[in-house]
Amino acid sequence: MSLYYVQKFLFELNRSPQLQEAYTADRRAVLEPYALSDEEAEALTAPDIGKLYVLGVNGQILMHFAAFHQIEWQDYLQRMRDGIDDHGPVRAGVYAITGYEGTRAHSESLGQDRGVE
Amino acid sequence: MPLVYAGVCSHAPGIRGRKDLADPEVRDAFYGAFDGMRADLEASGAEAVIVIAAEHFANFFMNNMPSFAIGMADFYDGPIEDPGWLGIERFRATGDRDLSERVITEVMNTVDIAYAEEWLFDHGIAVPLSFLTPRFDLPVIPVNINCQGPPLTPLHRAWAFGEALRRAVDAVPEKVAIIGTGGISHWPATPDSGKINWEWDQDFMVKWCDNDRDALLDYDDLQVYADAGQGGFEIRTFLAVSAAAGGAQGTVHFMEPIPIFAVSCTIASYDLSTSDPAD
Ligand SMILES: [Fe+2]
Repeated sequence: MSLYYVQKFLFELNRSPQLQEAYTADRRAVLEPYALSDEEAEALTAPDIGKLYVLGVNGQILMHFAAFHQIEWQDYLQRMRDGIDDHGPVRAGVYAITGYEGTRAHSESLGQDRGVE
Repeated sequence: MPLVYAGVCSHAPGIRGRKDLADPEVRDAFYGAFDGMRADLEASGAEAVIVIAAEHFANFFMNNMPSFAIGMADFYDGPIEDPGWLGIERFRATGDRDLSERVITEVMNTVDIAYAEEWLFDHGIAVPLSFLTPRFDLPVIPVNINCQGPPLTPLHRAWAFGEALRRAVDAVPEKVAIIGTGGISHWPATPDSGKINWEWDQDFMVKWCDNDRDALLDYDDLQVYADAGQGGFEIRTFLAVSAAAGGAQGTVHFMEPIPIFAVSCTIASYDLSTSDPAD
């Protein structure tokens, strides 16, 4: 697990037009300097938004990566929900502190019966 | 000069970026409340504004995360986000390096902070400024409290920091305003984006208006996370303003849940005539 380096790469990508260009040219090559597992590198190159969410990437970083890939807002939210369905609960990071298991369970924990907008 | 204005407002990126997806009636009422805040800020005679924001990994990351940071530059560029996504064109906001340095020097007497001579504004500062100083011409001093990357700034330190800011502001000859941005309950950029804990928000703002230090410092991060989401961690910026307001009583000018903006959109301020920071 190297969530720190997954997020570090995304943090730097979000800030740097040069890195964005390099990523567009060769998604694999730009990941070389970061200590990533194969699973993490695959999620970053695909890109697999749902998997990145499950790995624990903070939404404040992930939403910009989605926007960079022209993924619309509602689609971005849905991909994270699908990620939970496909890969199980968030594994690390701030969203894992209460054992996150999806939007429905979360609504129930808040005593809210309506779904998300 | 004594602090001339203290208030808080929401800063969610959707406020500008997703404005066309919101119910126009409530959105326009919220925008109107921002206009009211701008009028109050202008009427205060403020010559500079300290914006206490919770930024979102734009400048500060876990490779070197300060509990507190204050900007010290003559200008700041933004937004760091894609302008189309955020709904705010690129701008260069006016700063005041000299005033920043004097504020920082005073704050450092009681709170250990980081300072930054370079700072790219993200939505935490850009969204409020786009309403409050739309030409980005009122000198701004950006401030960040770590509400993002745990371990987070303890609430009681955010309070001490707010008190230190007040001492610093009162000590300079300029008229200075303080505005906190962020929160309240929300689950930003997650599958739960759009959820709002309205009861929690109302309860929090009652405590904020009462400037009830004990109640405000009694929040516990794990419970905040469960009740108010990761976005709830941003109450640190509101608490710093409470402390800076020195016991003043507050008024909520606008507060409505706008799910597509992902928060209870809020505008509130303190009546500084009821403030006594020496208390
Ligand atoms: Fe925020």
